[in-house]
Amino acid sequence: MNKEIANTDPLISLKEFTTARIAIGRVGTSIPLKQLLEFKLAHAHARDAVYSLLDIDKLIADLSIFNLPVLQLHSKAESRHKYLKRPDHGRLLDEESAAQLDTYNDRKDVAIIIADGLSATAVNENTFALLELLIPMLLAAKLTIAPLCLVEQGRVAIGDDIACRLNSKISVVLIGERPGLSAADSMGAYLTYNPMPGLTDESRNCISNIRPQGLAVKQAADKLFYLINEAFKRKLSGVGLKDNAGLIG
Amino acid sequence: MYKFTIRNIVYRFDDLKSLLAKASPYRTGDVLAGICAESYEERVAAQIALADVPLKTFLNEAIIPYEKDEITRLIIDSHDDTAFNLISHLTVGEFRDWLLSDETDTAVLKTIEAGITPEMAAAVSKLMRNQDLIAVAKKCEVVTRFRNTIGLKGHFSTRLQPNHPTDDLKGVAASMIDGLLYGSGDAVIGINPATDSPSVVMNLLKLIDNVRLQFEIPTQSCVLSHLTTTLELINKGAPVDLCFQSIGGTEQTNTSFGINMALLDEAYQAALSLNRGTIGKNVMYFETGQGSELSANAHHGVDQQTCEARAYAVARRYKPLLVNTVVGFIGPEYLYDGKQIIRAALEDHFCGKLLGLPMGVDICYTNHAEADQDDMDNLLTLLGVAGCNFIMGIPGSDDIMLNYQSTSFHDALYLRKVLGLKPAPEFDKWLMKQGITDEKGNLLPVNPGNKLLAGIIK
Repeated sequence: MNKEIANTDPLISLKEFTTARIAIGRVGTSIPLKQLLEFKLAHAHARDAVYSLLDIDKLIADLSIFNLPVLQLHSKAESRHKYLKRPDHGRLLDEESAAQLDTYNDRKDVAIIIADGLSATAVNENTFALLELLIPMLLAAKLTIAPLCLVEQGRVAIGDDIACRLNSKISVVLIGERPGLSAADSMGAYLTYNPMPGLTDESRNCISNIRPQGLAVKQAADKLFYLINEAFKRKLSGVGLKDNAGLIG
Repeated sequence: MYKFTIRNIVYRFDDLKSLLAKASPYRTGDVLAGICAESYEERVAAQIALADVPLKTFLNEAIIPYEKDEITRLIIDSHDDTAFNLISHLTVGEFRDWLLSDETDTAVLKTIEAGITPEMAAAVSKLMRNQDLIAVAKKCEVVTRFRNTIGLKGHFSTRLQPNHPTDDLKGVAASMIDGLLYGSGDAVIGINPATDSPSVVMNLLKLIDNVRLQFEIPTQSCVLSHLTTTLELINKGAPVDLCFQSIGGTEQTNTSFGINMALLDEAYQAALSLNRGTIGKNVMYFETGQGSELSANAHHGVDQQTCEARAYAVARRYKPLLVNTVVGFIGPEYLYDGKQIIRAALEDHFCGKLLGLPMGVDICYTNHAEADQDDMDNLLTLLGVAGCNFIMGIPGSDDIMLNYQSTSFHDALYLRKVLGLKPAPEFDKWLMKQGITDEKGNLLPVNPGNKLLAGIIK
């Protein structure tokens, strides 16, 4: 019966113009069961992504091909609940992690920081594919790369703390974005020139929605590489860089 | 200095600001700000101490200094002593009982509106249970008009929110038609643009205005761009019905939003000068939400609910058509779960109504909050009972541009059905004329020949 209603719904013709949940029909005034369960499934994926964990073993194994040290770090937020309630804790390293970084302070051009953010799933699925393209581009351009950092319970700004301790000129934070109903696997990449604790979002450039059905890793890597070069040239990142960059769309 | 002793423990509260913070029901934002009560007992001690504070104290002890904050100056300078007279002898606790008494009816509440400061409203709300907040809000009636009448008792409106991630005009139009055919859109057809580009905003404004004119819809439109963008477009002759802005409860918060009262004054006058309302001159649409001040690092140690109430002082200066508290959008570090979101929404609705504002609520949550559709159903039903003026209408609850979940077109239909509520009267007539609803307000099957379906997307 539901199928019959759906097929005869004259609103169906509107669906080609948007991915919004239009023309979903009704039973009485309520949403039909099929649509209700589709919504619940999308929400379940998003909720699971929020509580997903970084696949540290797999990431370390994958990243080993770059012959760079890989460091395992943790923010001050000891649990996911704490992380959700205290964003300030997610922006700082715990003491053990901070101490670990003190031995790596040779000046480098780029620090790459991989953090779970609000979807470790996104990071597990997209990081290696992106770095496989980006790291060779950086090396070919004679840029030096700091040890790769994996961070649990991290927010974007933890990259400032890390890159500053690593003595790097630029930080690139790859982080799981807040899952939406349409995608729970979106990764964001945040670039900051001259990173130091206390910076805010206007000092960064963001490339968003990196995932197979969103911004492909090839485009994301090209954009990031372009931004890194521009940031070195102009000695800045953030609002000032974005405004002048024709390539960034 | 305020204090209260429980079993030999003397709880001291340095000033009114910290007393209000400690008396606030638990929420993550106040913990994050470091101003929350440290135990259940301390919270109740603060509430007991707060109950004994005379309302007059709020006129003499500013929680953010008069010299430092233009909103404090607005609150003090615009306070109406005559309206306050009736309640001037009460303490906060007595005020709570007075609000709930049978003698305090809709008309009485209307006469004291201008005598209540945001801090008084926030304070009394902290001594009220959810049912108290509902019971008193239900007695208030705030009616506003532009092309239709919003807020009448027994009526309940919706903002049709046809957002699209790239502001694609056909995409927006498709969601808008879907919504109209579900009877949504009497509060406003309001789009959050994905970009603040003036040309994009102009095209969206023209799109809604054309549809409104073509189908003679008795409603108003709004594209929720920054105030300065709207002002620029007004000067270019754009069809602006309502002027939108997000506002907060401290001067510094509004600075972070790129606005101040002088700019709001200018925008208000500009919107009024267009004279586009047919039956009323309420031309402003404001959005607020607990936590904005902390998020902007501009809270001055004031709890997030009191900050929110102070934003209503800004709103009421401009006699808005709509005020919308976007309660669950801000995230779990401010309102952690369904319980906190529900409490905050009822507080905001109550405080706004008590201060004379046409309150609507964006009943919503993000995917990292401990909340789901069941929590939103609870809140929706509670707000319907409380007499909330309007909610959002979004296809299937899923805003594909802002990436959060709000109320669907279906949700509004549910509420109208279970509580016997009607849309704005002018819009109700239009729905019947278009064959969208019958005379009892029931939705009719969509006629494939409906001109709304054929007329817009070419």
